[in-house]
Amino acid sequence: MNFDPRYSGRNFASVGTRPIRPDGVDKVTGRARYGADFNMAGQLVGRVLRSPHAHATIRKIDTSKAEKLNGVKAVITAADLPDLTDGDAALYDILDNCMARKKALYDGHAVAAVAAVDARTARQALQLIEVDYEVLPHVTDVDEAMKHSAPVLNDTIFTEGLEQKPVKPSNVTKRSQYGHGDIHEGFGRADYVVERSFKTEQTHQGYIEPHACVASVSSDGTADLWVCTQGHFVYRQHCAQLLGMEASKLRVTSSEIGGGFGGKTHVWAEPVALALSRKAGRPVKLVMTRDEVFRASGPTSATSIDVRIGARKDGTITAAEATLRYSCGPYAGMWAELGAMTAFACYNLANVRTVGYEVLVNRPKTAAYRAPSAPMAAFAVESAVDELAKEIGMDPVEFRIRNAAQEGTRSSYGPVYGPIGIGPTLEAAKNHPHMKAPLGENQGRGMACGFWFNFGGQTCTDLNIGMDGSVSLAVGTVDVGGSRASLSLVAAEELGIAYEQVKAVVADTSSLGYNDMTDGSRGTFSSSMATISAARNAIKVLRERAAQMWDIPVDDVVWENGHAIAKGEKYGNLAALSLKEIAAGSGKTGGPIAGHSELVADGAGVSFATHICDIEVDPETGATKVLRYTVVQDAGKAVHPTYVEGQYQGGAAQGIGWALNEEYVYGKDGRLQNPGFLDYRIPVCSDLPMIDTQILEIPNPNHPYGVRGVGETSIVPPLAAIANAVSNAAGVRMTHIPMSPPRILAAIEAERGGRWSK
Amino acid sequence: MAGVAVSTTINGDNVEYLCQPDETLLDVLRDRLGLTGAKEGCGTGDCGACSIILDDRLVCSCLVLGAEAEGRRVETIEGMAHGDRLHPLQQKFLEHAALQCGVCTPGFLIAAKDLLAKNPDPTEEEIRFGLAGNLCRCTGYDKIVRAVQDAASVMKGA
Repeated sequence: MNFDPRYSGRNFASVGTRPIRPDGVDKVTGRARYGADFNMAGQLVGRVLRSPHAHATIRKIDTSKAEKLNGVKAVITAADLPDLTDGDAALYDILDNCMARKKALYDGHAVAAVAAVDARTARQALQLIEVDYEVLPHVTDVDEAMKHSAPVLNDTIFTEGLEQKPVKPSNVTKRSQYGHGDIHEGFGRADYVVERSFKTEQTHQGYIEPHACVASVSSDGTADLWVCTQGHFVYRQHCAQLLGMEASKLRVTSSEIGGGFGGKTHVWAEPVALALSRKAGRPVKLVMTRDEVFRASGPTSATSIDVRIGARKDGTITAAEATLRYSCGPYAGMWAELGAMTAFACYNLANVRTVGYEVLVNRPKTAAYRAPSAPMAAFAVESAVDELAKEIGMDPVEFRIRNAAQEGTRSSYGPVYGPIGIGPTLEAAKNHPHMKAPLGENQGRGMACGFWFNFGGQTCTDLNIGMDGSVSLAVGTVDVGGSRASLSLVAAEELGIAYEQVKAVVADTSSLGYNDMTDGSRGTFSSSMATISAARNAIKVLRERAAQMWDIPVDDVVWENGHAIAKGEKYGNLAALSLKEIAAGSGKTGGPIAGHSELVADGAGVSFATHICDIEVDPETGATKVLRYTVVQDAGKAVHPTYVEGQYQGGAAQGIGWALNEEYVYGKDGRLQNPGFLDYRIPVCSDLPMIDTQILEIPNPNHPYGVRGVGETSIVPPLAAIANAVSNAAGVRMTHIPMSPPRILAAIEAERGGRWSK
Repeated sequence: MAGVAVSTTINGDNVEYLCQPDETLLDVLRDRLGLTGAKEGCGTGDCGACSIILDDRLVCSCLVLGAEAEGRRVETIEGMAHGDRLHPLQQKFLEHAALQCGVCTPGFLIAAKDLLAKNPDPTEEEIRFGLAGNLCRCTGYDKIVRAVQDAASVMKGA
């Protein structure tokens, strides 16, 4: 591949415009097909039996009565999904999470499944399955789980990352550490030091579409899977491995996806549906209920974080450290490590150290949630930064500007930054009219910064030019929120044709090479890179065909504005050939015209944002209202600015819900108390104001158009920005997310010496 | 269990079906009639993704039994456009990018249509409270509210 991914400044014709998305009409007319909207002839209904216990040994499962029920076509347990993971610990955890093998590890853990002719029969069959549990002591709180007295979930786990291997197993799977310099020396030079502990509760991605799939395994060993997923190639790989199939024999088609936010990056029900179909010999549709979505899929980590930051009187931070404890559910993860990497990434620090602890608890397996782990770390750090600025007597924005990372700064997690947007987003926030707007009684303003790495990864794209000159773009990154529009813009830009001439589709796993999933804000970044590369390969073919049509050397043909042009005075009488004209003659000049690209999209530019918000707190009830919210974020280059704004607004809204409302509530029995949208309350329309956005464009040097990922960073600052606003409004530092009315009221009363209580 | 015979009107068409007594109208629409535009996001009336209009009243079809549609008028997202002519709300949702994943969109469009039928000139606050029964996790609602405002002004001028 001789594709040069480096940024080159150019004037854009299509990129940066705001056309209607190609999948739009189907989505406003109800025609678009999501995970649960697909059916196959002879399809059965699958349902999963789940553990009611937080922690229990499975002594025996008797499925005989269920199997005898009329209409039941298959019943499976872990025995039907034998361990084929061959020592791959991460894959074993996925298998065990799909279907509990020896122990049920959380309320909602799958223990058996049925396929029946209809939903009612399937539900009846579940009630006939007898599971003999030996209930074990459980632990759901991250701090409790770290204590020596806590029940140990997995006695083969000995904490990794310690100098000496521990002699006893524990719930701490790993310790990780990042940083540089000498924090003791740094704190020694500080005039002011702020030290605080923070907690955040577990939240769910809250996608409106529950997990859904249709699996069909044929007796010849081939299979089809229709599924809502952020990564159908990854699902194919995991499902094939878990079922002992060759990947090429399993065709996975990604449906339209009704939200993912990281929660549809892992298989749960899909291997179960395939195993049911294999056993029943018929297609099986498996759709989770909302209760199952909350109890068994998703959630992010609950955390407990200690932060200490020191600064001189002039506002220079001299040292910073954080200890971060993140819950992983019952399986090992690297969630605290991501928190430890991102915590201080916004700042230029001489002395910094972060330590992360991955903690097992009897809750669902933690899954990625939009910039996973970064929002909680930012909440703790940005709260402490605000408090420190106040102690020094500096404006919180000025304090951050003074300490902001710049090009050439060594980041707290290791790499040296290229051109970055933290300083510019802070300057833009400082100059934003929002900062100068007056505040009323009981109102407070807060701001905070956020960082996310952004990923690139493996990407494969096909660009086929039809004989009528229209362009089919087949991409392998699932479109979670408008990327078919942005990638069509990129193809049109590169080829010099109209946006409407391009039709982008997400190809199935048998029609295109492997693609990593749509995560890490990589969809538009990486697939646009592959689209540019594919288009350039197609242009090479188009030039060759034009040269052939004219009978001149290909080196004399250039491509401009969608046309082949013969270069040089001697060709003065040759009229330019349009893409359409070249395509029309392709049958006589060598056949179909296409461009293909496969690449690893390196160099995803890091992303920064600064958010500002105004909150009103009712001091008598602790209730809050978000009055105004502004997002400033660097996009590198906004390919479709309207959808970039949408990413900024959506991330902010999710962060607002996390900051103020959302949390998993567990009872003493270890059962989830609020597995539904009534009691797990995500923000509704009347909770929010308009969310203003400001897009900055600091080109990513590692992308031809300067594009950076934009999807995730927007959820990083809100927890802290809102906590700072609430703290300013209520006159008391808030340290526990979500800041629900009872927590705010308790904090206000504690600050006033409890004189309002009773 | 014996099926219940139901005669109803869906998007102006006379429709007859057999359903179980405990079967929701949402399941009937999706599984028996192939009208999958209404989505099941929760099954408990909390998310609004299955919104339909039943005799001029906005309801969650997951909270209505299939048998209850007997003799009534059902409007779903599939009946909102006239042929290839989109309803102004549909057009404005596209223009404002008021959808990202789009799974909540049919419910929002039905709820917004009902809102504008009852209040053709709503304030921002009235729109926000009028749509508070529909959950969207992608957009932060900003562009949805703007699309409804824009559609309202177009429809008034029509």
